[in-house]
Order: sequence, then structure tokens, then C-alpha cells
Amino acid sequence: MSFKSAVITFPGSNCDRDALCYLKDLTKGEVHNIWHEETSLPKVDLVILPGGFSFGDYLRSGAMASKSKIIDEVVKHANDNRYLLGICNGFQILTEIGLLEGALIRNKKLKFLGKNCFIKKKFKNNFNLSIKDNQILQIPVAHNEGNFYCDTETLNLLKNNEQIAFEYCKGEFSNTEENINGSIEAIAGITNKKKNVLGMMPHPERAYSDFHQSQDGRLIIESLIS
Amino acid sequence: MRIKILVRLKGQILEPQGKVIEQSLNSLGFTEFSNIRQGKLIELDLPNNISKEEKAQKIDSACKKLLVNDIIEEYEVLG
Repeated sequence: MSFKSAVITFPGSNCDRDALCYLKDLTKGEVHNIWHEETSLPKVDLVILPGGFSFGDYLRSGAMASKSKIIDEVVKHANDNRYLLGICNGFQILTEIGLLEGALIRNKKLKFLGKNCFIKKKFKNNFNLSIKDNQILQIPVAHNEGNFYCDTETLNLLKNNEQIAFEYCKGEFSNTEENINGSIEAIAGITNKKKNVLGMMPHPERAYSDFHQSQDGRLIIESLIS
Repeated sequence: MRIKILVRLKGQILEPQGKVIEQSLNSLGFTEFSNIRQGKLIELDLPNNISKEEKAQKIDSACKKLLVNDIIEEYEVLG
């Protein structure tokens, strides 16, 4: 059976086309692009909330987008145990909706980070099944607010429920940092408790094609399809 | 009536902008300024004939639904 997916576009999304190409090329199935003012969502296996600066990042990153008309359908999609992936601004939107715990605040050093980063998987889930333990992935980041924060109680819950999907790590270049943005425990991505919703700051859709520097981003879609 | 809502990051959360402002002020000679934190002020109009209870309830609800993320922020109504 073919894998069906959709990408939601908000005003200010700028990785939606990358996400559409990523899904088309890797799933070979039906891919829909849905405008945020739509009130229905086709029945698909995976929905991506893409990166960008939805609504200009006004108020807080992801705050306005989390109140868009399509969001009720996105929540229903997740409650039906289907996959939902928020990348970068999409991760921020997922925390603002409340589907994921915590919040993403300004990078510790206040710099916009646009570069390759290195991550590895922490706990196993359906999004990272094809990734080996301790395998280091090279995936770009491009964010200003990627510093994951949650209180100690929530952090313990994330650990006990094995919801931490990815953490930043030192890569092959000597100038790479272990924790690029100051996130608690170097968290780069978390899932919900049921593990069908993943939010991550790095952009796997910018690391899959032959013309990209790395193809490690493929592993996320390959994990879901396998 | 004009309403002012002060939104700031909770005390335990690092506020890097305040730190940079502090360094700048210190280097300008304002060496006695410390623990600087930057927040945001939201101003809005509400009708004058609205009751005190309704005003409080509406502002509280707007803050919880959109204006404030209570995981990282706290707010105070200034008037």
C-alpha cells in the first residue's frame, strides 16, 4: 500500500516546498500541500509542519500558527495514531499547540544558527528505527529559537517515557559543539508519549538528495516506511 | 480603557538578551546596573463600560489562549 502524506503551509513557511520534494522523492506516494486556512485534511499516513517563520514569528515562534483553522484537523490526525512531524518552526508550532511538551526559546548565544549539525538517536521510536545506536547524522539547522526548555518534572517524564528522539552531539569536524543552542540535555527532538508525533529542530528535508551535502535525512522517512 | 499587560520570561529561565544589554550598559559606564531582563509590553483597548470581573476574565482568558506561554512566561496586568 502506498504511503500518503501532506505538508501544511502557513504564511511565512519557507521549507514547505523542500518538504514536499522530500516526501515525493522518498515515499513515491501521494503528497498533498494544504493551506493553513483549510478545514479538512485528507486521510494520510504522515503530516509535516514545515520550517520557516510562520506569521513572522510574531508574539512567539509558532504561537499564531498553532491557532490556525487547520490545526483542529492536525490534532485529530495525531489522535488517530497517525504520524505527525514538525521540523524547526513545525516543532515550535507543536509545542505551542501542546501536542509536545516544553518550549523553544532563544538560542543561548543569541545567534541565528544556519549550519550543519550532528545528532544521534536517544530513544527508539518509529521515526528513527532505521538509525543505528550511536550512528551520527549530519543534518542542517537554521534557527534562532531552538533552545529546548522544560522544567525538571517534565524532563524526567520525557526520560522515563523515552520521548527524547534525538540529541545534538559532536561531529566529525573539530569545531563542532556538543550542544549548539543550549537546549536542556542537548535535546534536538522529542516525541509525544504515544510516539507518533515528532518535533525536531534539524532539517532532514535539507539532507536527502544527491545535491545535498548529506543524505542522512532519508533515514527518517525510511524508518516510517519500513 | 487602555490595558497594559507585561509579559516576561519566568525567573529561572535564562534571558540572553538581558545579559547582552547588561554588558553594553556596563561598558557604557552604568556599572551599577545588574540582573537585567527584557520582557514585552502588550497594550490594548477595552470598552469603558465593561465590568471589573468581565475585564479580568477576558484578559486572563486571552493571556492563557494566546498572549502568554505559561511554560516559559508569566504576566502581570498593569492597569
